Amino acid sequence: MAENKNVRFIITRQDNPDSAPYQVEFVLPYRPNMNVISALMEIRRNPVQANGDKTAPITWDMNCLEEVCGACSMVINGKPRQACTALVDQLEQPIRLEPMRTFPVIRDLQVDRSRMFDSLKKVKAWIPIDGTYDLGPGPRMPERKRQWAYELSKCMTCGVCLEACPNVNSSSDYIGPQPLSQVRLFNAHPTGAMNAPERLNAIMGDGGIASCGMSQNCVQSCPKGIPLTTSIAALNRDTTIQSFRNFFGSDR
Amino acid sequence: MAGNREFANRRLHSLLGVIPLGIFVIQHLVVNHYATNGVESFNKAANFMGGLPFRIFLETFIIFLPLAYHAIYGIYIAFTAKNNVGRYSYFRNWMFMLQRLTGIITLIFVAWHLWETRIAAARGSDVNFDMMSNILDNPFMVAFYIIGIVSTTFHFANGLWSFAVTWGLTISPRAQRITTYVTMVIFVALSYVGISAILAFV
Repeated sequence: MAENKNVRFIITRQDNPDSAPYQVEFVLPYRPNMNVISALMEIRRNPVQANGDKTAPITWDMNCLEEVCGACSMVINGKPRQACTALVDQLEQPIRLEPMRTFPVIRDLQVDRSRMFDSLKKVKAWIPIDGTYDLGPGPRMPERKRQWAYELSKCMTCGVCLEACPNVNSSSDYIGPQPLSQVRLFNAHPTGAMNAPERLNAIMGDGGIASCGMSQNCVQSCPKGIPLTTSIAALNRDTTIQSFRNFFGSDR
Repeated sequence: MAGNREFANRRLHSLLGVIPLGIFVIQHLVVNHYATNGVESFNKAANFMGGLPFRIFLETFIIFLPLAYHAIYGIYIAFTAKNNVGRYSYFRNWMFMLQRLTGIITLIFVAWHLWETRIAAARGSDVNFDMMSNILDNPFMVAFYIIGIVSTTFHFANGLWSFAVTWGLTISPRAQRITTYVTMVIFVALSYVGISAILAFV
């Protein structure tokens, strides 16, 4: 019976960044253990729609195929997630694929996620260690802190939290949860902490932490289980203190 | 403050919602509750509040200016959200949507209520038990007032929750969960105080 089993896909396609989206249906033969990526590859091998028309292969992004790079994020049956870990056996059919519209769509399921990388630059999500001479080893990090900081470092810039956030949209310049949690990560690092006020001031700018509306969709949606809302709340405390320092002045 | 106007605006919006507006809401509902003790009792309380020294300054700085800021900036906040409770029907996302919805309902209610009472008073009406029982003569207005009060108390109680997150008081999921329970108890308690006062006028 297995050879008769089919998988139905309804895919939202778009020919170029400015054209209107449209839906196309594909029916593929079922294979055990297939995921959304392998199904898309199957369509690429034989790009024929369910109605028999030949079409151009679907465009999508992928890279690591093990849910650590974040490239293959798309909206699968209404929820943003990675296509590589979306197993067909666990999905309700027809499987609906859409691009994450929070980002500019390039073509079909491929989106331009560069706003997140721009945000990382904006919030200075790095640790400056360059100097004109060897600065020696940095201070040690307490193990207790390292454990939760490691969880924050799992962020793969996939964009799912931005897609789920009601406040990240075209009428708002909110940068979203992803760069905010990275600020907490780099501020937690003993060397990174030396530049903590710079990062806090960056997220106190327009489109920064103040735009969070606490719907907490991000923490529910994050595929890596990063405690995004805990990060944002912790940064709320840090920015409160930073704002007092800025206003009243302090020793630094 | 140049460069971080939004941060300062949002923090001011959060602060004004609790101090003074939240405090005022509690005070107003509690004073109105005198109505449950009868006409005399309410009129005495209303006259005391209406006869406070420097009343116009108290009203301006404790109520009208903070209210105008909170309302205008709140409309901006409410309409920059793109609600998605259909796709993400999580508890906090519902509260997020309801906070914005009750904000708008409360604004409409408060504008109407101000017109019928404070502005009417400025135009010569007496603020007393009769004024309210005339307004609430109509079952539609009773429903409107009850919806308005429940919307206000929800917006205040859930706003207390987000106040605590905004200012960095509650960080851990556990702290935020406990605050949810506490603020919902406040919501129920204040709704009881407000609705029982309304029903006393009917």
